[in-house]
Amino acid sequence: MAEEVVLLDFWRSPFGMRVRIALAEKGIKYEYKEEDLRNKSPLLLQMNPVHKKIPVLIHKGKPICESLIVVQYIEEVWNDRNPLLPSDPYKRAQARFWADYVDKKIYDLGSKFRTSRGEEKKAAKKELIEALKLLEEQLGDKTYFGGNNLGFVDIALVPFYAWFKANDAFGPLNIERKCPKFVAWAKRCMQKESVSKSLPDQNKVYEFIVERRKKLGIE
Amino acid sequence: MAASQEEVTLLGVTGSAFVCRVQIALKLKGVEYKYVEENLGNKSDLLLKYNPVYKKVPVFVHNEKPIPESLVIVEYIDETWKHNPILPSDPYQRALARFWSKFIDDRVVGAAWKAVYTVDEEEREKNVEESFEALQFLENELKDKKFFGGEEFGLVDIAAVYIAFWIPIFQEIGGLELFTSENFPKLYKWSQEFVNHPVVKESLPPRDPVFAFLKRRYESLSASK
Repeated sequence: MAEEVVLLDFWRSPFGMRVRIALAEKGIKYEYKEEDLRNKSPLLLQMNPVHKKIPVLIHKGKPICESLIVVQYIEEVWNDRNPLLPSDPYKRAQARFWADYVDKKIYDLGSKFRTSRGEEKKAAKKELIEALKLLEEQLGDKTYFGGNNLGFVDIALVPFYAWFKANDAFGPLNIERKCPKFVAWAKRCMQKESVSKSLPDQNKVYEFIVERRKKLGIE
Repeated sequence: MAASQEEVTLLGVTGSAFVCRVQIALKLKGVEYKYVEENLGNKSDLLLKYNPVYKKVPVFVHNEKPIPESLVIVEYIDETWKHNPILPSDPYQRALARFWSKFIDDRVVGAAWKAVYTVDEEEREKNVEESFEALQFLENELKDKKFFGGEEFGLVDIAAVYIAFWIPIFQEIGGLELFTSENFPKLYKWSQEFVNHPVVKESLPPRDPVFAFLKRRYESLSASK
């Protein structure tokens, strides 16, 4: 089955990480193409003319864009192994709802927290911790949001782990103290190869943030 | 369709495009439901219980299990009542349907509202431009299809009810000429087909009260300048 699967991605994109995890969970072989976001390839512009963003999954020459839509596509095509979504429609709706919540809150708030100062930073921190606590509530006593196995919400959220060091250095966010359950969950996810191999090293992300803060003149 | 133990409720407000999306889906599937009109200025305990995260409508409740967020609800309805499908069966086509529905939420809904309901002229102009760009993408995507879903309407059409019914109202109120048959011949033609489809027609709110409400909002905005 010579299926051609190509992923246009960027090492630091949490959205790209989601797709990498899903592909790994399903054991799909693919070609990874790193994009230079300051100099986007003709292929990227052709495959995602609407948003010109990564990740883009190209399957048999056809592009699929938007990370959570890509993950659902992967789930539906490779539906013979490792389900990423529950089979019950109500549980699926809940998974979609919470993945959408992660999209609306987590990454933007994280970014705001790291790059702002004073009152704005305080507000972002408060909102972010609240969001993480709400997610902790959703997790409950489960191993993963998906139950015994990694699921849709886990995949949507776990890339945030790559920013832990940066968040503590430039906060501090004190996430380990404030959201211990969340941290424990993230570390459990990282014990899976599909996750640990899909996320960049925390130090690499941290160094990048140091550089960016210098450029933005934040000290 | 009287299933013995089915209890279906929709919490909404008349005049919400997002609530309308759910109503269209339910009408298409022939599902009977109880409708609860919410007062967003004085939210009911029921709403706060069923949507504690956002405290918004629509909230769909099936056998006491609540689901908020219109597109999540529509997919749930499609998966639960399988006749008259809303999403295609092919995974690639499904991905496209989800992509364009999300596009409408991300790039059309906010911009079209702000193209009228913004006091600052520069900001307003920026949103007019963004709306125009977004509608252009949809015009190109529609091509010569009767509906985005093909011969029958689907997820994208349902998501786009905002364009078909609400944008013309905003335009009239704000004196804007954005969504016209000159600018978007295919999309405009689609909008006429869509609002006149029997299922959709029966699900749309009455235009006059919605217009009056939105006009009052517009006037209070300009008055607060």
